[in-house]
Amino acid sequence: MNIVVTVKQVPDTWAEKKLDASDKTVDRKSVDNVMNEMDEYGVEEALKIKEAHGGEVTVVTMGPEKAVETIRKALSMGADKAVHLTDESLHGSDALATSAALAKVISTLSPDLIITSSEASDARGGVMGALLAERLGLPQLTQARKVTVDPGANKVSVERLADNGYALVEATLPAVVGVVEKINQPRYPSFKGIMAAKKKPLTKLSAADAGLDAGSVGLAGATSTVVDAQPAPPRQSGTIVKDEGDGGAKVAAFLAAQKLI
Amino acid sequence: MLDDDVRQVIASTRRFVRERVVPAEAEIERTDAIPPDLRRAAAAMGLFGFAVPEEYGGLGLDMSAEVQLVFELGYTTPAFRSMFGTNNGIAGHVLLEGATQEQKKAYLPLIASGEWTAAFALTEENAGSDPAGLATSARRDGDEWVINGAKRFITNAPLADVFMVFARTDPGAEGGHGITAFMVERDAPGLSVGPKDHKMGQAGAWTADVLLADVRVPASAVIGGEDGVGRGYATAMRCLAHGRIHIAALCVGLAQRLVDESVAYAATRVQGGGVIGTHQLVQGLLADSATDLYAARALVVDVAARFDDGSDTRIGPSCAKYFASEAVGRVADRAVQIHGGAGYMRGVPVERFYRDARLFRIYEGTSQIQQIVIARQLLRDAGVR
Repeated sequence: MNIVVTVKQVPDTWAEKKLDASDKTVDRKSVDNVMNEMDEYGVEEALKIKEAHGGEVTVVTMGPEKAVETIRKALSMGADKAVHLTDESLHGSDALATSAALAKVISTLSPDLIITSSEASDARGGVMGALLAERLGLPQLTQARKVTVDPGANKVSVERLADNGYALVEATLPAVVGVVEKINQPRYPSFKGIMAAKKKPLTKLSAADAGLDAGSVGLAGATSTVVDAQPAPPRQSGTIVKDEGDGGAKVAAFLAAQKLI
Repeated sequence: MLDDDVRQVIASTRRFVRERVVPAEAEIERTDAIPPDLRRAAAAMGLFGFAVPEEYGGLGLDMSAEVQLVFELGYTTPAFRSMFGTNNGIAGHVLLEGATQEQKKAYLPLIASGEWTAAFALTEENAGSDPAGLATSARRDGDEWVINGAKRFITNAPLADVFMVFARTDPGAEGGHGITAFMVERDAPGLSVGPKDHKMGQAGAWTADVLLADVRVPASAVIGGEDGVGRGYATAMRCLAHGRIHIAALCVGLAQRLVDESVAYAATRVQGGGVIGTHQLVQGLLADSATDLYAARALVVDVAARFDDGSDTRIGPSCAKYFASEAVGRVADRAVQIHGGAGYMRGVPVERFYRDARLFRIYEGTSQIQQIVIARQLLRDAGVR
């Protein structure tokens, strides 16, 4: 199995996220950056499939130079090699532009399986799996809480999470699978894995190397633009209702005023 | 190892301890056992061999890096660290310090991977830090040695695959002379392990007696080969110096946890119209604990650096173990005090840590033994015999 898993470096989950005032893109400089937590589940699933069926796991990311730290993390968990698409011109790419760039890179790797996570904790679009499948012309199996691969039959089936249970969905390989965090427990990088990570092959590609047209990516190629943004207002202190026999009525009146009932 | 690798190792350990082990503390306390999946995960990460050199399958951390790692391990129940503590610490170090090249190649990889748990069997009813009363004997019989004796409070004995047994091979020699270290596998006929000791704290960390009745081992079981005969005590002392810094670092990790628990409680517990942290007498307790923590951490970092460059391998380790273990005892006591009545209740972490911490002033040399080691060495340096 030739497995590609996509990862993204994001501002620390617990950090206050801000937009850069100059171009209204996510400010990645003023905070600690980590591997998107959800992507750890994707990497874990890729490693488990590789351990069961053999093959190779390739990590693919698009992001600034610093995103190499996130690649290292995936390599230290056990992935075999990585491709890092990095270029100033990619800065500000929206989901459509990002999916076009990633699809271009992934198609050169001819994978049997592409694994993404359900969303990144910064933009929270949750559409990359679907976009990649569309761009690559492959079946998409998203929201997977369990993945079963049958390389002999050239098939992959997943339990797709639904509101009141799950749906069993099947596709032929190659396919794009998006996993949810219920699927596994990501391993912690082992000490040997950490030491081995630096010696694993890492291919760095510029936009030109990847054959991307500069006008189609980055802020220039984005189809959506952030026009304005306001910081979330500070939380107001709550309203305290004293129960003097009419507590229930007061709470109901409050909820009605908020149009909640 | 590169500094960057060490940082990642520490970060990975920190996450593992805080995300997986801390939430399991109550279960470990209740069941008196480390859950098997935690053991497997710890072995997969490489925690059984961080102090074993890379050529033998470990990580080869020097003391300065090891203490940083142990600060993280100390943040949770000491039973977790104890599970692989003897492999990296006193037992594994007997091989590192005293074994022949062949023995190292054969056994260190098993210990570093966690395939084997190793135990250090020195302590007896009448012998511990002072070897004068060591009564376990080994006599030569042809190509074999016959070992007889009883070891006490042996950490990890109930699950150990191999024991580093210290026995007197020259009955005429006194004190630390004439003692030899043997590697005895668990299934050796005549070796038996007693029931688990019922301890005050550190549930999940097991100790037991180890009895040796006419246990026959081949000459190749002598650690260090024929040259190792009679040199066991010197080997043990070198292992203990490393172990003392390790335990000191563990105390620092636990002190950090206790300070965090104390601050969190003082910042949220309401009494008399405000959180108790606004009371100056509670602030005094917090400040004293934070100061003990800083002092112990700085001491351990400094002593580790001097141990690595060889400039101080005796006084420093004892000073660090002495101060850090006493300091975490004070910090645990204050943590219980800050928690008030809640701090006396089972199920509250500081109550458990208060009992756990008591052992640190006792094992791997009591505080009083550390005082003796420190003072004797100072006087020896001044020419007093």
